Amino acid sequence: MTAPLLEMRGIVKTFPGVRALAGVDFTLRAGEIHALMGENGAGKSTLVKVLTGVYPRDAGDVRLEGVSIEPRSPHDAEACGIATVYQEVNLIPYLSVAENISLGREPVRMGLIRWKEMRKRAEHALARLGLHIDVEQDLSSYSLAIQQMVAIARALDLRARLLVLDEPTSSLDEREVQELFAVLRRLKAEGMGIVFITHFMDQVYALSDRITVLRDGHLVGEYEAASLPRLELVARMIGKTPEDVAAMEQQSAVADPLEEEPFLAALDLGRTGALHPLNLAVRRGEVLGLAGLLGSGRTETARLLFGVDRATSGHIQIGGKNTSIHSPRQAIQAGLAMTPEDRKDAGLALDLSVRENMMLALQAQRGLCRPIREEEQHALVDEYIRALGIRTPSPEQAIRNLSGGNQQKVLLARWLLTRPALLILDEPTRGIDVGAKADIEKLIESLRAEGMALIFISGELEEVARIAQRVLVMRDRRLVGVLAGSALTLDAIMRDIAAAPEEADT
Amino acid sequence: MIVDLMLWPSLVALAWWSRRNGNPVFYALIALGLLLVFNRCFTPGFFEVDVRDGRLYGVLIDVLNHGSRVMALALGMTLVIATGGVDLSVGAVMAIAGAVAALMVNMGVPWPGAVAAALGVAMLCGAWNGLLVAGFRVQPIVATLILMVAGRGIAQLLTGGQIITFTDPGMAFIGNGHLLGFPFPVWIVLALLGLVALSTRRTAAGMFIEAVGNNERAAYFAGLNPRVIKAATYVLAGFCAGVAGLMAASNIRAADSNHVGLYLELDAILAVVVGGTSLMGGRYFLAGSLVGALLIQTLTTTMFMRDVSADVAPVPKALFIIAVCLIQSPSLRARCRSWSQQIRLFGAGREKAS
Repeated sequence: MTAPLLEMRGIVKTFPGVRALAGVDFTLRAGEIHALMGENGAGKSTLVKVLTGVYPRDAGDVRLEGVSIEPRSPHDAEACGIATVYQEVNLIPYLSVAENISLGREPVRMGLIRWKEMRKRAEHALARLGLHIDVEQDLSSYSLAIQQMVAIARALDLRARLLVLDEPTSSLDEREVQELFAVLRRLKAEGMGIVFITHFMDQVYALSDRITVLRDGHLVGEYEAASLPRLELVARMIGKTPEDVAAMEQQSAVADPLEEEPFLAALDLGRTGALHPLNLAVRRGEVLGLAGLLGSGRTETARLLFGVDRATSGHIQIGGKNTSIHSPRQAIQAGLAMTPEDRKDAGLALDLSVRENMMLALQAQRGLCRPIREEEQHALVDEYIRALGIRTPSPEQAIRNLSGGNQQKVLLARWLLTRPALLILDEPTRGIDVGAKADIEKLIESLRAEGMALIFISGELEEVARIAQRVLVMRDRRLVGVLAGSALTLDAIMRDIAAAPEEADT
Repeated sequence: MIVDLMLWPSLVALAWWSRRNGNPVFYALIALGLLLVFNRCFTPGFFEVDVRDGRLYGVLIDVLNHGSRVMALALGMTLVIATGGVDLSVGAVMAIAGAVAALMVNMGVPWPGAVAAALGVAMLCGAWNGLLVAGFRVQPIVATLILMVAGRGIAQLLTGGQIITFTDPGMAFIGNGHLLGFPFPVWIVLALLGLVALSTRRTAAGMFIEAVGNNERAAYFAGLNPRVIKAATYVLAGFCAGVAGLMAASNIRAADSNHVGLYLELDAILAVVVGGTSLMGGRYFLAGSLVGALLIQTLTTTMFMRDVSADVAPVPKALFIIAVCLIQSPSLRARCRSWSQQIRLFGAGREKAS
């Protein structure tokens, strides 16, 4: 066994109100690819940022080849031999490949750049990755995969011993991923240690030697990839032992949907690079769950249904008739509503009041010239504040000042005011407290009982299993299973998520 | 005396009202008040108002009259800025509108027709800006810079590079006439304020604009069409620029494409910012923008009255505006509070020690 290249011991990092890392250990050997796994908020990114000097650590020890280091900035970390490539390509598209690779450390003689030397260096760095391209072309003229490799080449130009890849494949297609993997294997053979963060299960098993799982800022464990079954990996990520999961059978499949004809049906709906074509149908009086880990395609499905993204294949039927939905506006006219995954980014106008945020969709539907009278607004807002138990000092309070759970309830109220036939909830319970979570679950059940169709998306598989009557299980941007009735159990969802591609063809 | 009796109580009442409602116009009002107090004490003649032929004359009236153009521009600019944009072309659009109006009346078109044509062309200019910003997603500064530079050229082209004078009495009344003692431009601005305020606050437009400016993505998800809303604000800004251009041309009875409205877009932006509307977009304050415009005009007039040469005047003006902006900054106010607290704690600590 080789001596560890990197040893992190007892790393603690606290942000105001959150303990992001509570004494996490992490060990990386030279010549190994080590996957760092965990759901959102598990602490993966924080751990990487502590390692690369973005955040100072509050406690703990980091040793690189036995020497204690304390990088204070990404630049420091680079000097220590830690190279990092982030999810988004952090390069400048309109500079040439060679310029990008040398940016900030151009070969200079008497204040002038030595272009020939720069070119040679870039070619050399790329050759190491087995890539031979014209380095004088603009970076933007190459594919994303090549750009990603240029980013790696840039990082490696620093005689790095350790490479950190934070979700490097999330914007690449299948073939590009393979190209990238070939490069990573080559680097591994050279004895480099690679930390690899991804949400794609198949990639983890295809590439990594060992896996470290984090959950809620704690170390769950470190495993040999070959000896950790997929099911167990998923169980550890979401905090259940496989035995727990097996024991926890779904109690009951609730009442039948009110009608057999689906309210909305999507046929062959897909989008190149985002979602493999899939079929889905949702009936009135039914909660359809979309389960999967982050990046599995669940949000992409919702965005296609709501017209945020254009589908490249398939079509949507509402009430049996083909309906074209190219914008949220059209979706709303067709009776749809959606609370987006990222409340703050796509849901709330943070500086506006609770009242205004609540009235926005209804007013948008009624149009400019039919403003809702002030008394009517106040009546509606008061009604929903009471009905949903929204805690706010006043309807005129800026929504920025409310807690996450109350913000989410305001968003729900916004859509309930429009009386939608189908409500899509993308991660409605993420980052909110237990009380608000229970309120929202109760609300979903009563809306369903009143005959609304709902699509419920969550990364908390247990929650999906509990709330939905039918669950579509997604993995790696495709639909991998449909579960309903007595077959719908947390265990079954996890099996579908964890299944290797061959087994998953249902 | 009568001026004092009318001015100060209304200023105090406005300030009290804005403070109570948390309207940021408060700070602009305080600055305006301070400036007026200074002039009341140290600038002789500033507060004298005469009545001749049933018309009011005096420095304060001049401030209102000359400030009317920036006020008109600022009203339109407020909405553009509220959507997170900016319109640099309004000064040039003033020149175009003035040129169109002058040409039309000289061709024998009755003045209402000329006014309508000028406003129509101004709105077309606004629509062009809207098309670039909302349709093609050009950055607002770049998109409107195009017309800012080209607009004066277009006006020159229309007038053949000449200053075109006109004598039509109806046209001349717009910038020189009086109504109920006050200069006519003051009434125009009031009417414009009424128009903009009613059309945005009595309909849902104001809410839509603030939602788009605060979070365009969220507005889109809620079923709004942010592009149409943005484009509409540019059309309105064009309309306001047209009104300002008519007032300016009418005032000198000529279309002077080279000089009319020069740099006025900057004053208008400044007025909006001083009035409490953030350049980041979101909440907007029409009354604040008017007070901001008045503040700028009062500053200019003060410099003029105190014989500060026009070359040097921008320096004290700039210093004053910086001070107003700093007072408005919430982060600076918070910091000042924490400093004063620290000083007090430090003082208390010393007392204890001794």
